[in-house]
Amino acid sequence: MNDDAGKRLYGPFNRVEGDLEVRIEAAAGRITHAWVNAPLFRGFEQILHGRDPRDALVYTPRICGICSVSQSVAAARALADVQQLTPAPNGELATNLILAAENMADHLTHFYLFFMPDFARDCYADQPWFNKIVARFKAQQGSAARDVLPARAAFLHLTGLLAGKWPHSLALQPGGTTRPVERQEKTRLLTTIHAFRHFLQDVLFGCELEQISELHNADALASYRQQYPDSDFSLFLQAAERLALNGLGCASNRFMSYGAYAFSDQPLFAAGVWHDGLDVLDSGCITEDISHSWMAAQPGPRHPFHGSTIADDDPSSGYSWCKAPRLDGQVVEVGALARQLVDGHALISELAASSAGNVQNRVIARLLELARVVPAMERWTRQLEIGQAYCEQGRLPDEADGFGLVEAARGSLGHWLRIKKGRILNYQIIAPTTWNFSPRDGADQPGALELALQGTEFNDDALSAARMQHIIRSFDPCMVCTVH
Amino acid sequence: MNNFSILWLQSGGCGGCSMSLLNAESPDLYSTLRHNHIELLWHPSLSEASDNEFHQLLQAIETGERRLDALCLEGSVLMGPNGSGRFHLLSGSNRPMFDVIQSLAQHARYTLAIGSCAAFGGITMTEPNPAEACGLQYDGQTIGGLLGKAWLSSAGLPVINVAGCPTHPNWVLETLIELAQGELDLSQLDSLKRPRSYTNHLVHHGCPRNEFYEYKASASLPSQQGCLMEHLGCLGTQARADCNTRLWNGEGSCLRGGYACINCTAPEFEEPGHCFTETPKIAGIPVGLPIDMPKAWFVALASLAKAATPKRLKVNAAADHIRVSPGMTDEDDRHE
Repeated sequence: MNDDAGKRLYGPFNRVEGDLEVRIEAAAGRITHAWVNAPLFRGFEQILHGRDPRDALVYTPRICGICSVSQSVAAARALADVQQLTPAPNGELATNLILAAENMADHLTHFYLFFMPDFARDCYADQPWFNKIVARFKAQQGSAARDVLPARAAFLHLTGLLAGKWPHSLALQPGGTTRPVERQEKTRLLTTIHAFRHFLQDVLFGCELEQISELHNADALASYRQQYPDSDFSLFLQAAERLALNGLGCASNRFMSYGAYAFSDQPLFAAGVWHDGLDVLDSGCITEDISHSWMAAQPGPRHPFHGSTIADDDPSSGYSWCKAPRLDGQVVEVGALARQLVDGHALISELAASSAGNVQNRVIARLLELARVVPAMERWTRQLEIGQAYCEQGRLPDEADGFGLVEAARGSLGHWLRIKKGRILNYQIIAPTTWNFSPRDGADQPGALELALQGTEFNDDALSAARMQHIIRSFDPCMVCTVH
Repeated sequence: MNNFSILWLQSGGCGGCSMSLLNAESPDLYSTLRHNHIELLWHPSLSEASDNEFHQLLQAIETGERRLDALCLEGSVLMGPNGSGRFHLLSGSNRPMFDVIQSLAQHARYTLAIGSCAAFGGITMTEPNPAEACGLQYDGQTIGGLLGKAWLSSAGLPVINVAGCPTHPNWVLETLIELAQGELDLSQLDSLKRPRSYTNHLVHHGCPRNEFYEYKASASLPSQQGCLMEHLGCLGTQARADCNTRLWNGEGSCLRGGYACINCTAPEFEEPGHCFTETPKIAGIPVGLPIDMPKAWFVALASLAKAATPKRLKVNAAADHIRVSPGMTDEDDRHE
């Protein structure tokens, strides 16, 4: 929809999980400004107020059908924090497995069903890879979905066993999980994970997962592509090179990760902040700003313990239902790229050093995680101790503050919980795409996607629209989490 | 033969029913649709078309240029703030989503509510219902909702409520296939307009904890193996769905996962009036009794069953793995 001079309104963008609207302004063939709107508001924070804190385990996963387990884990961790409860080791391993199952299924769904179909658009008909990509990735028609859907569904049997079902499980508890595993079930879990490993090796990568996780620089990646030219990953790399996706969609170049998949206080992926080097993360420096949001009743940026989420009836008060989270006042990008950069993976560190955050690097980091996490899932399963506890019991205090942090597929998710008189006094949630797709803040700093769109070549044609969509989908956005 | 065409929209929900739909197996989602000549005109997670391409499709349906067999709505209808619908305007327009839904429902031969949000309001309608959410034809248990009590689709059916939070992929697909084949009529729907194909069952049916239930050998803490009804809030004996005979993600169900059934196929499940995972009791007796069971009989049978509970069940109910095998005392097991 075109509105006033020079501005263009885009939406809906499907394949983004939820509803998204973007307004851009362009001049001289470039996007000069972008405004990102999350158009759906439900009000979970108000729903949670005054309830039994344990009920957060029912309500918060239902914020989002694609990050459901991540929401459960964040809630369980916040509830564990207020009880000073350490989960049973088996429960911790089972939580990692359930969370990794969701996250890996998400990475797969994103690549095959959400991201790649855009390269099968007619505007790319003159590209040398076009026919191959259409045959493989055309939305609802390409051959890849026939491989991916059964593999994904079979892999999620892991959640059927360990969590009852996916999405929306109550198996994830502050003290661990509700579903102990018997000896033969451990074998079955391994069988399920192995089947997924072989699917990834045969179809996505064309080689062993370890060959992918050990890629240590851009040259190694280039020789991988030469050696396995027919893999789906190589097909993406080919398109990425032709379209210079490593020059598209750079945001703030400041990255954050809460750290992921801890066992016995050792995370698989480290926590931290990256900006021309690694720094420690202090979640006390997180604030949310509502200066450009349709939100009321919060003067100035607030730490989520003291934040509020009250809708403002006045449409002129902002341009999105989304708030603007900032770390130390700075815009940060979250997601697989941030996680792998903060963790110091060699290939990602080199790619980020040479071309920063961009569409290509976000996708590579996501696929790299598949190769790094699936072997970890095999290890966690082997570490499950038969006959040992899965769930520790605690006691909820009448009054306490606590928080739970987790990495969802698409980035850092946090729940901040305050309990008074045994009920929820305040519950605030900051989701990954709240960070990535935030509106401007009080200092007029655009959010990460708004920055990523600025400066992009724009000629109001199909190619320009496709370019915008690559940038948007490279973040693997989840809009139903963004505003909840 | 014309394909049976579907337009799938999402509003005030989480998208979890779509994610669950992707879990369809034997065969997968796309194969199932293709084999049954069902065409997804547009789905927010699966289609190529964005932006103008989508608005043009909407227009074609609204002008009658394009035939629409079934409108599927996932997520509740948002009327707020103050009836304006501004809590969800269709992207790329200033049009409230409720208006889009209302208009398309007049053009579709059938309208389906996918999930408890679209059917009854669901989780999004939880008090204080900040978004002024409602279902397509229900406000919680009360018939009405967006379309109103008397509304019928052009094929003569009320909104078909494929309720659940989320829905099982087969509940959705089997309903769509039956519609496509002209095999679903009013008699196939229950009093809440849910397909009887899955609500003629109780979640309790096929529950692997059934032996614990029979003897009232109960779990009192998460991860224990006993029956979840007495202490941990399980509503499986009242909830209408086939979760334990159909199973989820290959081999799961809530009860198999070790936690309570919260009766998510029912209107107002989101407001149990107590902590979801704690059974409310009066004088030690659970307030909610199994459906169709006279209270006096339940109390009498329960106390008799409790007195007769074998040691194996008593021990295993409070343990997180099997301590006593069938036919053995725990003493024997230790020496095994």
